Amino acid sequence: MKLILDEEQAALLKTARQFMDERSPVSRVRELRDSADATGFSRALWKRMAELGWVGLNLPEAYGGSELGLFELCLILEAGGRNLCPEPFLSTVVLGAGALMAAGTDAQKAAWLPRVAEGDAIVALASDEANSRYDVCAIEARAELDGDGYRLSGEKSQVLDGHVADLLIVSARTAGGRSDREGVTLFLVEAGTPGLSVTRQSRVDGRNAAIVTLESVEVGPGALLGAPGAGCALLETLRQRAAAAVSAEMLGLASAAYEQTLAYLKERVQFGVPIGSFQALQHRAARLFIELELARSSVLAAARAADDDPAAFPELAALAKARASELVIHVTNEAVQMHGGIGMTDELDIGFYMKRARATAVAFGDASFWRTRWADLRGY
Amino acid sequence: MALDEAFGDEVRRWLEEHAPRSLRGTRRGRFDGFWGGRKATGVDPDVLRWRDMMAERGFTAPTWPRQYGGAGLSAADARTLDQELARLGLPPAVVGFGLTMIGPTLLDYGTEAQKRRHLPAICRGEIRWCQGYSEPQAGSDLASLRTRAVPDGDAFVVDGQKVWTSYADLSDWIFCLVRTDPAAKKQQGITFLLIDMETPGVTARRIALISGASPFCEVFLEGVRVPRAQVVGEVNGGWTVAKALLGYERSMIGEAIGGQLATSEAQLVSGARRHLGAAAGPLPDPSLRDAIVRNAMDERAFALTIERARQGVQSGRAPGPESSIMKVAGSELKQRRWELAVRIAGPAGLGWEGPGFAADDLEATREWLRSRANTIEGGTSEIQLDILARRVLGLPSGKEAGR
Ligand SMILES: Cc1cc2nc3c(=O)[nH]c(=O)nc-3n(C[C@H](O)[C@H](O)[C@H](O)COP(=O)(O)OP(=O)(O)OC[C@H]3O[C@@H](n4cnc5c(N)ncnc54)[C@H](O)[C@@H]3O)c2cc1C
Repeated sequence: MKLILDEEQAALLKTARQFMDERSPVSRVRELRDSADATGFSRALWKRMAELGWVGLNLPEAYGGSELGLFELCLILEAGGRNLCPEPFLSTVVLGAGALMAAGTDAQKAAWLPRVAEGDAIVALASDEANSRYDVCAIEARAELDGDGYRLSGEKSQVLDGHVADLLIVSARTAGGRSDREGVTLFLVEAGTPGLSVTRQSRVDGRNAAIVTLESVEVGPGALLGAPGAGCALLETLRQRAAAAVSAEMLGLASAAYEQTLAYLKERVQFGVPIGSFQALQHRAARLFIELELARSSVLAAARAADDDPAAFPELAALAKARASELVIHVTNEAVQMHGGIGMTDELDIGFYMKRARATAVAFGDASFWRTRWADLRGY
Repeated sequence: MALDEAFGDEVRRWLEEHAPRSLRGTRRGRFDGFWGGRKATGVDPDVLRWRDMMAERGFTAPTWPRQYGGAGLSAADARTLDQELARLGLPPAVVGFGLTMIGPTLLDYGTEAQKRRHLPAICRGEIRWCQGYSEPQAGSDLASLRTRAVPDGDAFVVDGQKVWTSYADLSDWIFCLVRTDPAAKKQQGITFLLIDMETPGVTARRIALISGASPFCEVFLEGVRVPRAQVVGEVNGGWTVAKALLGYERSMIGEAIGGQLATSEAQLVSGARRHLGAAAGPLPDPSLRDAIVRNAMDERAFALTIERARQGVQSGRAPGPESSIMKVAGSELKQRRWELAVRIAGPAGLGWEGPGFAADDLEATREWLRSRANTIEGGTSEIQLDILARRVLGLPSGKEAGR
């Protein structure tokens, strides 16, 4: 399995890093938070990223995409992760467009994917509920047959970019009880549909999340995404891909927090010497470096397998997400500690990294969730 | 690409036809095989036949130049060869510190005469080598070594003591660091010598390990005359040679561990099933189950990192920082694996020998004890972390450590 970048990929990564450094420094995230920005990211920047081909990276050319793999998308996510870039890659590209690609009809794809690729449509997956934790099948929202359409009721929680989404992909039970694997069905619900209300939530990482409430929302038969009752399998597939993708973001995040800390170790003087000359800190920094390298190999392997080796992908996605989840917590905890008092201040960016680290570690299943999954896959 | 494939096909056919049947399926690791040397006795004739046929083609040191007993293969072809050996479960035909440590170092620093004399014998496993670096007073601070070598005509006379010398009792030659200029700064007065262990004045005495095995020795050198022609590199320039060799040693240790890991998950799971009395399905002890997964994930990430480093080097990049983490990560990984094996065994992991204990469990107990050395030998983890911190991370050296 190829674990290094070819020339085009290296060039893409370089461009993405440059772009993120110039157009999306961490100060932008701070401004969005401080100004309580209504969108929570920049539509103009998203449009620009679409022009660069990054939003439609995985989509077929027929829909305005460039048909590249998850590997390439991961390079962009890694570059974005370094600067905590808040644009809606995970919600719109990985989950939203991913769901449409996996289960959408030609009509559904034609209606939405070109708009996604152009950077004009935001899509969100409204599936998890307040008590779902990491169980994608733990869904209580209901869908009742009504004529040839359905009526949806229930409440979704922490829907990523839900408050600005033009299209919501909503999961609801057409059969079965809370955690049954069968009986979950997915629906496309457009923003503004009567009975749909969206309330923005405030999370520790400052990222966009929303409560989506459905009160007898009527949808037609054309809103069905995939076969009725078969939604859990699709949700699991999506989560696996999202886990690999967010691991790449986490790798970028951890690398940047680590590099900032390493720079501080060389610059901060105490007892008349740089604190980085203290062996107690040197060894911890060296251990972080080792963890980063091991995680990097895991993330690269997962992204590569997503494109080239589907049989190996489930295990490698579990490996990548489990490692990256522990990595980001470890690195950001150490980053704060090694900065001392200033590490605790809002003025320093490290706190932003620590909060985003927690959010990404939990997203799409935490480390112990994925270790359990690994054991299941390996038959023990 | 086409050439590579042709080579692979040819080698596969050759091995399938000629490799001794009795050895197929006996492979344990990349560095587990015939150690050779003049003191090897009672060797299985198939092992010798295997050595002869492989050495004949230069395949015991595939990347070394042909004139020194190698096959002059590219790294890619050498890897193909190794894959073909692994496919048939064939052990390497010769192993040892000659191939992994002193050989590559002689290729870099040896004189033409030294290469011609020593490399072919290494390729054929005729001479077994040991490493005379550590001394009672010079461990991590290797450069403070005291074994003295005083010039006397066209020779040096060596007096001193080496310790922890692995397999000195079974070896024919020792590569040794000695002090030739006691007045110079400690790194600058060191010379790298090759010494025949049969020279009068050399004695090796075994030291028992906590694992019960006795793979290492102390070596006494008393008035040992060593011809000047056996100096590698410059007189007083031995530290450079010594460090190059340590680099080869560390990458060998990392690689060796990488090769041993593939089977550990299955072994640990079957051990857990046996000791927990658990049939198929999720293991009933969730904490052990999680520990096995952690170990398996650590191994996979480590193997992927070795692979990534290899691909990086193959694509023409200078060895990246990935390689410097192998020693620390690999040795600790191996320790955790055996630690976990004895944890899984519970009371059954307390056996030392004799009746009432399963062979697997006895092995685990010995390996657990042996593995504690992994973070000490070849430079301790603390020293490796120092090297990482300073050479890779670029952190300033600590004056408080007196380095
Ligand atoms: C199984 C085995 C096989 C070996 N085979 C060989 C061989 O074939 N040939 C050979 O020459 N040697 C061999 N060695 C020796 C090995 O290289 C040394 O044991 C090792 O370098 C450590 O030296 P030491 O034992 O003197 O420990 P010390 O250097 O005394 O170290 C003691 C402790 O102090 C720590 N320490 C020392 N300096 C520092 C520092 N600056 N900062 C922080 N911590 C520090 C060490 O990490 C260690 O934990 C072998 C050792 C073992 C265990």
